[in-house]
Amino acid sequence: MTRYLLRRSLLLALSLIAAGLVLFVLLRLLPGDPAAALLGVGATEAQIAAAREQVGSDLPIMVQLGRFLSDLARFDLGNSFVSGAPVLPEIGTRLGVTLPLTLAAFGLAILIAVPLGVIAALRADRWYGIALSGLAQLGIAVPVFWIGILLVWLVAVNWRLLPASGFPMRGWADPTAARALILPVVTIAIVMGASLMRYVRAATLDVLGADYLRNARALGASMPEVIWRHGIRNGAVPVISILGIELASTLLGAVVVERVFALPGLGSMLLLGIQQRDYPSVQGVLLVSTLLVLLIGFAADVLQRLVDPRLRGAGR
Amino acid sequence: MKRLTLWLGLVLVGLTVAVAALTLVWTPYDPTAMVGGRLAGPSWEHWAGTDRLGRDYLTQVMIGARIALVVGVGAVLLGGVIGTVVGVIAAFAQRWLDDALAAALDILIAFPTLLLAMLVVAASDRASLGTAVLAIGIALSAIVARLVRILTKRVLAQDFITAARCSGIGWGRIVLAHVLPNILPTLSVALALQFGLAVIAEASLSYLGLGAPPPNASWGHLLQQAQSTVFTAPFAVVLPGVALVVLVLGINFLADGLRDVLDPEQGGRA
Repeated sequence: MTRYLLRRSLLLALSLIAAGLVLFVLLRLLPGDPAAALLGVGATEAQIAAAREQVGSDLPIMVQLGRFLSDLARFDLGNSFVSGAPVLPEIGTRLGVTLPLTLAAFGLAILIAVPLGVIAALRADRWYGIALSGLAQLGIAVPVFWIGILLVWLVAVNWRLLPASGFPMRGWADPTAARALILPVVTIAIVMGASLMRYVRAATLDVLGADYLRNARALGASMPEVIWRHGIRNGAVPVISILGIELASTLLGAVVVERVFALPGLGSMLLLGIQQRDYPSVQGVLLVSTLLVLLIGFAADVLQRLVDPRLRGAGR
Repeated sequence: MKRLTLWLGLVLVGLTVAVAALTLVWTPYDPTAMVGGRLAGPSWEHWAGTDRLGRDYLTQVMIGARIALVVGVGAVLLGGVIGTVVGVIAAFAQRWLDDALAAALDILIAFPTLLLAMLVVAASDRASLGTAVLAIGIALSAIVARLVRILTKRVLAQDFITAARCSGIGWGRIVLAHVLPNILPTLSVALALQFGLAVIAEASLSYLGLGAPPPNASWGHLLQQAQSTVFTAPFAVVLPGVALVVLVLGINFLADGLRDVLDPEQGGRA
């Protein structure tokens, strides 16, 4: 297990470096001069040249790469072209919105998906089992922002229970901050829960049809005992890897939900950065989210090995 | 039951295709003409009300069907072609190159379609229908390439490929005559599912303001407009969303039904 952890950590570090290089190249391929974007319409040639020197976009690409890597090693993600403020603290502030949003939605989605998915599999022949499967099908066909808009209409406009959008200026120091996240969390949880439910249902069906389950029953174990000792552990393995992928895509997909509810999170920072051609912001957000995505993948892989001893011996 | 999903899918997708085709020859009103009061509710003249400029809303939603299908089909074709070419080539790679390609595809796939598409849109000067197709197509190609790579490797390991090699057939012909026909059933089901993702991605891009500008207003754009007037004209948030769900649900049913017909081994649950 220790050897595996070492190898997996090395892979994590290599992936992060690779992702950083890919991002660097991709962002330099974008047309449109960041220096021109910095000044806006009507700037003179001299002003643009001065701005280029300031942001370093006049230097050879290898020099830019060297600067980028040495800055990265010092945890310096550069300054925003638009506001001039350092990017990293800004990302930290915004993670304060996006992380609680994602994690709360993730937890709620699991609470919804696991029991409903198991019921849908156990009662696949009853009307409510079929109805649950149908709901899950519907859930993956509905775009997340439409659910958000419908919830705003219903809960915020009609019933006036919760705010329609926005987040307090003072952040978490403001007691109403949690209220602002309720609707966004429910929105994401509905969509994520529906897609998770399909996997839980499939995993449960697989487990119920497995030979080891029948054998354990034949040896005299009761159904709850068999499910507890063998079923959950076997069913959890594929579900964990799906959970990792879902968590990562929710984190990155937050851009749409943050737009629906006008939340000042990582996603809205990315969208703003793209609209304003603010390279350091876009680059910083993408680097940090790549790091998070890779960490989630790492955690999912390790967790899978802890749950399933069969994966450990294989060496890969 | 299996045939039922296929038929249900055909009916739902057919409905959208029929509406899209109809808009080419007829719409209830001129899509650009201001024919009623602003943000009027549903009435006999305007079944779905009017938008903020007094244009007929039903007409806008009907034209949205055309946009969704054009972008969806275009993106899936583009992503399918690029992905298949890259995937087949990657399947032939050996040792470290093979590992590197597999890892690169895995990293790309970790990013959702929408995020990759946003970056491609950012790389183009102005958002248009073409950039939406390009952006989503490129994003989908990574997913397709990974699948094609795995499927091709599986086929290449079979005995009949060795037999074909022994009888002196070149790799080019082997790919065309043996690999592609063998991976086609699974690939077409996957492409059908990607079609649904492409439609949602297009709507999301438009919702974020990175899609095609009006008058090519997509459902995502209509929903963004509707959200800004949700306090005065809430009815407008319903129709574009229902249209989206009908199309995507239809595509998903169609893909499930296709899988049962074309690719029985993969069928069953999930």
